Formats: sequence, structure tokens, C-alpha cells
Amino acid sequence: MITLTHYLVLSVILFSIGLVGVMRRKNLLMLFFSTEILLNSVNIGFVAVSHYYGDLSGQLFAFFIIAVAASEIAVGLGLLVLWYKKTGSINLDSLQMMKG
Amino acid sequence: MEQYLYIALFAPLVGSLVAALFAQSSKNIFTGIFTSTLIFISFVSSIILLYYVNANTIVNVEMMDWISAGNLSISFGFVVDQVSVIMMVTVTLVSTVVHVYSIGYMEHDESFNRFFSYLSAFVFSMMILVMSDNFLGLFIGWEGVGLCSWLLIGFWYKKTSASWAANEAFIMNRIADLGMLMGIFLIYWNIGSLQYDIVFASIVNLDIKIVSWIGIFLFIGAMGKSAQFPLHTWLADAMEGPTPVSALIHAATMVTAGVYLIVRAGEIYTLIPNVGMFIASLGAFVAVFAASMALVNRDLKRIIAYSTLSQLGYMFVAAGLGAYWIALFHLMTHAFFKSLLFLGAGNVMHAMNNELDIKKMGGLYKAMRPTAILMGIASVALAGIYPLAGFFSKDKILEVAFNDGSYILWAALFVGAGLTAFYSFRLIMLVFFGDKVHEKFGIVPHEAKPFVIYALTPLALLAIVAGFFEHSFYEFTTQLLADYKFTLDHSVVINLIFATSAIALSGIIFAVYKYIRGGFSEKIENWRIYKLLLNQYYIPKLYEVCIIKPFATLSRFAWLNIDNKIVDASVDMIAKTICSSGEKAREMQSGNLSSMLRWMVVGIIVLLVLAIFYRPMV
Repeated sequence: MITLTHYLVLSVILFSIGLVGVMRRKNLLMLFFSTEILLNSVNIGFVAVSHYYGDLSGQLFAFFIIAVAASEIAVGLGLLVLWYKKTGSINLDSLQMMKG
Repeated sequence: MEQYLYIALFAPLVGSLVAALFAQSSKNIFTGIFTSTLIFISFVSSIILLYYVNANTIVNVEMMDWISAGNLSISFGFVVDQVSVIMMVTVTLVSTVVHVYSIGYMEHDESFNRFFSYLSAFVFSMMILVMSDNFLGLFIGWEGVGLCSWLLIGFWYKKTSASWAANEAFIMNRIADLGMLMGIFLIYWNIGSLQYDIVFASIVNLDIKIVSWIGIFLFIGAMGKSAQFPLHTWLADAMEGPTPVSALIHAATMVTAGVYLIVRAGEIYTLIPNVGMFIASLGAFVAVFAASMALVNRDLKRIIAYSTLSQLGYMFVAAGLGAYWIALFHLMTHAFFKSLLFLGAGNVMHAMNNELDIKKMGGLYKAMRPTAILMGIASVALAGIYPLAGFFSKDKILEVAFNDGSYILWAALFVGAGLTAFYSFRLIMLVFFGDKVHEKFGIVPHEAKPFVIYALTPLALLAIVAGFFEHSFYEFTTQLLADYKFTLDHSVVINLIFATSAIALSGIIFAVYKYIRGGFSEKIENWRIYKLLLNQYYIPKLYEVCIIKPFATLSRFAWLNIDNKIVDASVDMIAKTICSSGEKAREMQSGNLSSMLRWMVVGIIVLLVLAIFYRPMV
């Protein structure tokens, strides 16, 4: 039997993986992946809790997040392609133009 | 009459401010003449007021509100009554002479204009002091004269000794001023007003203990300003200032402010005869104590300074015993002959290229006859020989002491009179007669300019005739001041007068006789008492060892250990912590996205932890 706890544990595990990815990865593409994992771990949590309480608003919110994530990725990837064309690298450490 | 009051009060201020405009520029004879003229105008106004004031016409004006907070309401009020008008005339007269004299005396000084600015500022402060109709205004004037005295003693501030003496005078006066301030607080606390008339009207209702404390505290203030023992050391050192300053401030006016205070607060002191007796005893002690130091000193100005101290002692005897008008009378006559003596000494100093040791002078009579005559008149007046001014006032003080039955005081004053006569003529003999010792040092004496001598003649004239105004002075001042009842027989009085005159005369004759024949042998310089007197009873040394040195050690300790190691260190530590933490935190802003993301995660975790564990009480 799969209970709410299982879903929440999965969500936490995914969130931790995402967080470690955000902190450790230097590749911009990988950073986007990590952000996606973070967002979707939250989605799992939302949907599970919403199902548990029988309240649809949580699932609604998950859809909303998917939409936001998709548009964010669209813009982000566009910028990333441009940046790659300009510098030939997508390493985070090379992104330091604003350093004082 | 109000306009005369304002003219008398503010003319010196205007002079001072105008002279101050030129303070930084080179010598300008205009400042000297301008300030002198304004002081003279002030003098004329004072004279007009003197003729106007009588029992029914006391001028009392309230210029404006000054402090009004809660129940405290004090205004800038001025009063011209019998006592203050006498002081005004004395102060402005001596000031006029000193101003004119200073034009000659300071003519080669580069800070000529600054000098006149200070001098007029002093006169203004002194006028505030004597004209105020409340204790707080008096205190403002009191501090003002203290400040001007500091500025003028340290006028040649490049000389270390002058600035040291200025500081000494100022600090000693601060100590005494604290006492005075306490007295004023006590008055306000118990009576709720500082106006003279209100205070004197309601002082009788107070507990005698409180009145005593008020009297004692006010007298502490007077002791500082009038340089009474044990706060007397500053006066002799104050002679570092220019001589006109010594004449005006440290002989005629400021140092007598203490006596003025006692006379003004006479209605308080009549209630507490014990404190009055203490004042009189201290005065008699100082009269002899200071005169004895003057006997052996070799510094021209210091001798006169000790003489001033001694005469102040006489005034305090009269004031302490309740003979206020006599104290005021001696104050006035003393102002005339003592400033004359000082100004004459200034001429001698100039002639001697600022040499002050009277043993290095001698035989100046030929070169400086007018000065010699003027100083001679002043000395005879000081010694108290009939018919000069000093005779009348000093003799009255001795009579008061005798009348009071305090024969010890009388004896002290009697001895003091003899000593006074002796040291005055020792000075005259050593400076103007005898061998011309100064020729050994290659000094060619020259007389001062004629206008300087002419400026001194009014003082000389008054030193001769002022005594004859005794009766009108008595009638005038006792309209306000308490009368003093003499109960002595006429024959006793005559005998007293003869005795005093005799001792004064014998002092003079002894001095003249001794110094015509070459003075004392060198041997007495080895006597223990000579050394004791020459070192001023070792009191300055005692102060240095017992007060100045421990205080300096304490201050050094406080500076090095408490201030540097605790106060400064803790303040520095706060600054350093903030600075270094900022320095460290700056590294967060590396511009690297990855590390910023890490910090963001840290921040989120911290916020989460806070959200879980910290619940604000709602």
C-alpha cells in the first residue's frame, strides 16, 4: 500500500537531489535540470497532499507550477543558447561580468 | 536715568568688540584711543548716576527675560544703588587711567589691539558683576572677569611661565567658584529667587544653619577671587601679565570683587556673626601673612601683589565685623593708590628693560622724578600717613577691630600696618635711592612719555584727597548698608590714631634709615626666617608636592590605564569588530553565481529553522 508518507518522502528526496544539484553543479544546463527537479518534487508534494485531503486546489497549483516552469525554461534556454554562441562556454564560473 | 545705566554698562563692550575686529592686524593707535574714549564715557555716565542716586532714586531696570523654565524665572536686571554706583565709579575711573596708560605702555607690543579688546571686555564683565541685581548676573560677571583675567595674565602666551600662571589663576578660581555656585544654589533652593531684594527680605525667615552655610559658601567664592589664604598663591604668579593688567585687575578691581560680594550680601552676614568673625580672623591673618612675605621679596611687582593681598585682608576684617561701608571705603581708596603704585612700577620696569629685581635698580630718582613722586605718594597713602587716603580708611578698620573687642585682630592689623610702611619704603628706597646698581648691567633708565604721567595724575590726586570724602561717603553708603556703631570714647580713638600713625611712621623711618646706610647685611639672607619668607612659607612647594604631583600622577594613571586601556579600548573594539566583520562579509559578494546560490540555500535553511523554532508571541 502506498501512503501519503511515501509520496512526501519521495518529494523530499527529490528536493534534496535538486538542492544539491543547484549548489554543486557548474554547468548551466545541469542547473536548469536541478531546478526542474526541485519544482517537480514540490509538485509531487502538492498533488499527494491534495489527493489526501480531497481538495483540488493543490493539483491546480501543480499545473500552475508546470506552466511557470515551462515558460521559465523556454526563456532560460534561449538566453543560454545566446550565451553559448557568444562565449563558447556554459560554465557558471565564467559568468562573472558583474564582479566588483 | 536708564540710558546712563546702559551707556555705562555697554560702552566698554562696544569698545571691546570694535577693538576685537582689529585683533589680528598690526598695531593701530585708533583702537587704544577708541576704547579709552568709550571707557571714559562710561565713567562720565557713572559720575552722573553717582549724583543722581540717593535713597529714593535707585535705578533698577529689567533689560529682558533671561531664563524662564518652570518656576525658575531670572531676568537680565541691573541696579544702580549706593553700593554699585561707588563700584562703578571706582572701576571706570581706574579703567580709564589704565587704558590711557596702556597706550603708552604697550606701544611696542605687536598684539596692541588684542590687548585693548581684552581690557575693555574685562571692564564690561566687571560692570555686569557690580551692576547686576541678582546673584546669577553677579555670577556671570564673576566668571567673565575670571575669563578676562585668564586672557590677560596669559597675554604673552608664548612665555611658558605666563600661560602657567594664567592657568593657575583660572583653576584656583574655579575651585572657589564651585563654592560660590553652591551658595547660590542654596539660596535659590531655600528662597526660590535670586533677586537681591527678595533674598535679603526673606533670608531672616530661614534656619540659621542654612544661612550659615550660604554665608560660608559665598565666602569661599570670595576667597578665590580675592586670593585669601589658602587660595592666595595665584595672585603673586598673576604678575606675569602686563603691568597695566596687574594694576587694573589684580589690584584695583577684580580681586576686590570678593569684598564687594561680602558687602553686597551684608544682610546675610549680619545674621551670622560667627561666620563674620571667621572672615575677619582670616582677613587679619592674611594681612600679616602677606605683608611678611612682601618684606623680603625682591621682585618689584610681587611686593606690590603681596601688599594687595594684605590690604584685601584689611577689607575682609572690616566686612567680617559688619563695618561694610568701611570695607567699601578702603576698597575705593586702595583702588586709587594701589593702581597708582602698580602703574608707577610699570614705568620703572620699562626704564629698566623689564628688569624686576629691585636689588638691581637704585638711584632712579634722578632719571624718573615724576614717577618717583607718584610712587612716593602712593606708598605714603598705602602706609596710612595723614592726610593721604590710606590713613582714613585703614585707620577706621583698626578702630573697628578695637571697637569690636577683638584685640587680637587689632594687634595683627597694627603689626601689619608697621610692616606695610616698612616694605613700601624698602621698595621706594631700593628703587629710587641708593647706589645706581643698574649701571653695572648697562641699563640707561628713561622716564615714560609725558601723557602717561599725566594720565596718572588723577589717581595721585585721589590718593591724596579721597580720604576727606569720608563723611559724605559714610552718609551716602549707609543709606543702603547697615550702619556700624562705634562705642569707643573719643580719647581712645585719638590714642588709636596716634598709635597707628606712630607705627606706620616708625616703619617708614626705619626703612629709610636702614636703606640710606646701605640696607641689611647679606648675612640675614641665611637666616631661616628670611628663607621661609622668601619661599612664601613654602606654601607653593607644599601645594606642588601635596596636590599637584599626586593629582598629576593620578591623572597619568587614569589616562594610561583607565582611559587608554578600558574606555578607549572598548570603543575601539566595537569599531574594529564591525569593521572586520564587514571585511569578512564582503567576500560573500564574490559575483560567482554558484556561491551566491549556496548562500541562498543557507539563508533559506536559516529562515526555515527560525520559522520552526521562533514563534513571536502574538
